[in-house]
Amino acid sequence: MSAIRTRALSKDYYVGFWRPRPYRALDNLSIDVEPGAVFGFLGPNGAGKTTTLKLLMQLVFPTSGEAEILGRPVGDVTVRRRIGYLPENPYFYDHLTAEEVLDYYGRLFGMSAAARRQRVPATLDRLGIGAERRLALRKFSKGMLQRVGLAQAILNDPEVLFLDEPMSGLDPLGRRDVRALILELRDQGRTIFFSSHILSDAESLCSRVAIVAKGQLAAAGSLADLSHFQVLGWELVMSGVPPTALDALRSRARRVQAIAGDRYVIDLPPDGRPEEVARELSGAGATLVSINPLRETLEDVFVRRVAEVGGGARR
Amino acid sequence: MNAARCVAVAVFRESIRDKVFYNLVLFGLLLVAASILIGQLTAGQDVKIIKDLGLAATSIFGVFIAIFVGISLVSKEVERRSIYPLLAKPVRRAEFIVGKYLGLLLTLLVNTGVMTLALYVILFFLARGVPEPIQRAWDAPALDPALLKAFALIYLNLAVVTAVALFFSTYSSPMLSAIFTLGIYVVGQFNADLKNFDRIVDSPAAIAVAKACYYVLPDFSKFDIKLAVVHGIPVSNMFVAATAGYAALYIGALLFGAIVIFSRRDFK
Repeated sequence: MSAIRTRALSKDYYVGFWRPRPYRALDNLSIDVEPGAVFGFLGPNGAGKTTTLKLLMQLVFPTSGEAEILGRPVGDVTVRRRIGYLPENPYFYDHLTAEEVLDYYGRLFGMSAAARRQRVPATLDRLGIGAERRLALRKFSKGMLQRVGLAQAILNDPEVLFLDEPMSGLDPLGRRDVRALILELRDQGRTIFFSSHILSDAESLCSRVAIVAKGQLAAAGSLADLSHFQVLGWELVMSGVPPTALDALRSRARRVQAIAGDRYVIDLPPDGRPEEVARELSGAGATLVSINPLRETLEDVFVRRVAEVGGGARR
Repeated sequence: MNAARCVAVAVFRESIRDKVFYNLVLFGLLLVAASILIGQLTAGQDVKIIKDLGLAATSIFGVFIAIFVGISLVSKEVERRSIYPLLAKPVRRAEFIVGKYLGLLLTLLVNTGVMTLALYVILFFLARGVPEPIQRAWDAPALDPALLKAFALIYLNLAVVTAVALFFSTYSSPMLSAIFTLGIYVVGQFNADLKNFDRIVDSPAAIAVAKACYYVLPDFSKFDIKLAVVHGIPVSNMFVAATAGYAALYIGALLFGAIVIFSRRDFK
């Protein structure tokens, strides 16, 4: 059983006051997220990421298609006891403190007073919200509100966690903490579905990703499947390269560039036999500093797939 | 219905913390106090005037709270997007609506209760300084229990106004909701006239439209027994019960409509 499953999920919004016409925000999305996976839902702004999350949370209703979480239709209220959701740029009640907001949500989850007394401070501690937990949320910075958002999302120890742009508004330390939290939850067997347009986050966290553009699924699979780990070339860094050796090298390399002094970076094509080049240059008196394969990154895949669909947001 | 209870308590807590609520209560209390001064200027009529002003202040400030808090109950959550994390919790949309409604009803109960108590306290002190023979000449005793009936009907009136405000707030902006609710409130004051439209107009079509409006729009004049109570005219328990039934029916229909609309709404 998939933790999250959508089949031909589509959503039209109607725009225009006098003559409303449909605007397709999501088009036939079919994805499966296995339990225990960290699933990155990637796409440019306006691609349909937030719409998908809202459909999964039943904040909007599909025009067609269906969606399930933990084997139950998304409309089933009972399944919401087992999930957590962080909206994009979350907003809570100004007049309440972080503690009170979490206590309120704890009540909605049906937690007993004793459970809330234990769970609320523990969750705030986990998100690094210290003494400020007793301040009204109107005094919170964007980054702190994001932490409160994450705290309320994991309050009920969810089996599946939905995070809409979880790194948004966080400073580098905050991002590191969130990355650590996601990995910790993954190690506990939780399923994490997060949307982002920051590819480095997805690369460092996800086992599988889906790329959406213009409301359509542009690509889906494991990172390895998507980028094929295809070697696009080799990058050699050599020092002490004699000038005479350079001339011979230029015909075989795509690029030879001086870094500093007699240290050079040599860009070879995929079939450029880097070990041979390194051996020859070493024979001429140079020293090998590093040798690295150039692989396709997620960003390359992203740009290529999004371009194939024809851009970012659907107009 | 645990979720509805939680939402109701949250609404009550927010209104209590909201300075607007304190301002309105304070203003209402000041008005009741001012009625004592006015009473001094009108020889022999002070009890009537104080009762009248007290009941009117309770009603007017209650309506302000009902409309201005009522219209923001749902729309504020939608506009500020605090509804997103909320509806992702095990909360049915119907429970959310019912909870919001009950929360404001609780706030209004406290508000009306404070006003009732304040008026009785003022009347108690007023009656203490008046000789027995003069008191006997009053239409109704100062501490007339019938005042409670008037307060009960004011409260029911507020409950209907709140339901109207909540109904509009499920799909409209706060500004439009306020205009619609105020409009319904004003029309509701004169709705009884529509019932007898056939006495003024001959056109059967106009009469039919007037009658239809009468049955669709709330008749708020039924909840206003201030005049009767102030002048000591008895108001039967049967009338109070029938008006309560009318309010319950109206509130039920409005909440049902609000739930149906809200349950289908997309939060873009």
